[in-house]
Amino acid sequence: MNSLIITSLEQGLIFGILALGVLLTYKILDIADLSVEGTFPFGAFIFAKFISSGMDPITSSLLAFVLGTLAGLLTATLFIKLKIKPILAGILTMTILYSVNLRTNGKANIGLFDFPSIFDNVNKLLLLFIIVIVIKVLMDLFLKTESGYLLIATGDNEALVRSLGQNSNKYKIIGLMLANGLVALSGALMAQYQGFADMTMGSGIIVIALASIIIGDTVKKSSNKIKNTTRAIFGAMVYKIIGGIAIDLGLNNHDLKAVNALIVISFIFYNNNSSKIKRFFKNLFKKERGEMNA
Amino acid sequence: MLKINNLSKSFNKETDHEIQLFKNFNLEIQKNKCTAIIGSNGCGKSTLLNMIAGSIILDDGEIMLEDKNIGRLTEEKRSVHIGRVYQNPSMGVSPSLTILENMSLADKKSERFTLKRLVKKNRIPEYIKLLKELDLGLENQLNTQVKYLSGGQRQSLSLVMATMKLPDLLLLDEHTAALDPKTSFVVMEKTKEVIERHNITTIMISHNMKDAIDYSDRIVMLDKGKVILDKDSKDITEAELMEIYRMRISRDIAS
Repeated sequence: MNSLIITSLEQGLIFGILALGVLLTYKILDIADLSVEGTFPFGAFIFAKFISSGMDPITSSLLAFVLGTLAGLLTATLFIKLKIKPILAGILTMTILYSVNLRTNGKANIGLFDFPSIFDNVNKLLLLFIIVIVIKVLMDLFLKTESGYLLIATGDNEALVRSLGQNSNKYKIIGLMLANGLVALSGALMAQYQGFADMTMGSGIIVIALASIIIGDTVKKSSNKIKNTTRAIFGAMVYKIIGGIAIDLGLNNHDLKAVNALIVISFIFYNNNSSKIKRFFKNLFKKERGEMNA
Repeated sequence: MLKINNLSKSFNKETDHEIQLFKNFNLEIQKNKCTAIIGSNGCGKSTLLNMIAGSIILDDGEIMLEDKNIGRLTEEKRSVHIGRVYQNPSMGVSPSLTILENMSLADKKSERFTLKRLVKKNRIPEYIKLLKELDLGLENQLNTQVKYLSGGQRQSLSLVMATMKLPDLLLLDEHTAALDPKTSFVVMEKTKEVIERHNITTIMISHNMKDAIDYSDRIVMLDKGKVILDKDSKDITEAELMEIYRMRISRDIAS
């Protein structure tokens, strides 16, 4: 059980980086970017490519981030320059990346056990924790800058950004690039963590990211004190722990994706109806007490 | 000041529903005056405002601001000169940001946005001063997210934000139409104060004849993309305006 919790926390932290990326597009820019389904394995395959050609794991991971931002740039170009709806632009990028991923190493899965990884000889949990905190702090700092606020305002009200004499498209491009860079980095870390890169790594990843963000939002919903970034990371960890427990209790691995979706659905349902649900339980509780008294 | 020369604009081009709203349209707006543009729905007043602001692209003609043709500039380039308050109270602000953050954004209008911290503590006294002038108590809610403000408060904040860096031209796009009569009055009074204090050249679109007369120096009435009335506001009464309005409408119904 103990090792299960630790594994869940470690994977939760890796998915925390994914969630931070998707937070930028889904939550801050209000763009449903599906390209992350391709960018996640893309990061893993880029890492595999560089590490197998003799590069060190840190540089290989950073390159996964850099090339990931290019995938974001592709989506942004399709969306802004070619005026393709963001959801379709994301799907197109994802489809392109499918071939790119296969081409990168010439096969659909690659074992990485023979290569060094950033997790060699260190405490994985601690290292991941540090990486996630550094990314979170950098992101928080960025969102407090002049440019960062324009990114938020672009998602909030584009007309305002234009009336401030700024090009809102520029901020959509920045957001999509950063988001996909982070997702690719998360993919690179996952590949090192599990010891292989695989074509199917990305399928359903958007659901995991959304689940993390939505679970994070459930915590003290109306409080402004908790930052979005903290919520996303926390959500990713809770999500992974729920999944880990479910598997420990005997959930068939085949059912995992459906369970993922169910987790998302139930949290959204709870978020949208929390006051009703609370009232329902309050009434139920009252009734029971009433009956007991009678 | 602002000169619109030979402006043309059609909608639904190359379809059966093509409408030419403006054809060789001319209008001059005097400096430091408030011009009200009125007219029934579809008369072209919003389109005109949007073309001046750059959110609708004109087909032909020029829009001269001082000696510069801004008619072909992008909306964001024009906004160096133009401040705008929209009809929808959410359009002029960033609702999920706080009052302080919104004002800090407006403070940087038309400048380069860098990686420096946006909110500058030394500017806060200035923001408080501007908010105090509104007299709505907003200066005590600097850290409140704008989405929690009422429509009137938001419009007043939009007004302050649009005029923080004094624009050459202020566009008021039916900015009190979404408010109840009492709030609308308050916001109109605040608007008048701000315009008069800084002597801002203003174009105001309104459906409210009384507001148009009370708050402007000049009234321009449009109908189907043409100027059908152009008078000093003090030379016309609300009743006269209403009469012209009614005649137009009954003529439209008859035709």
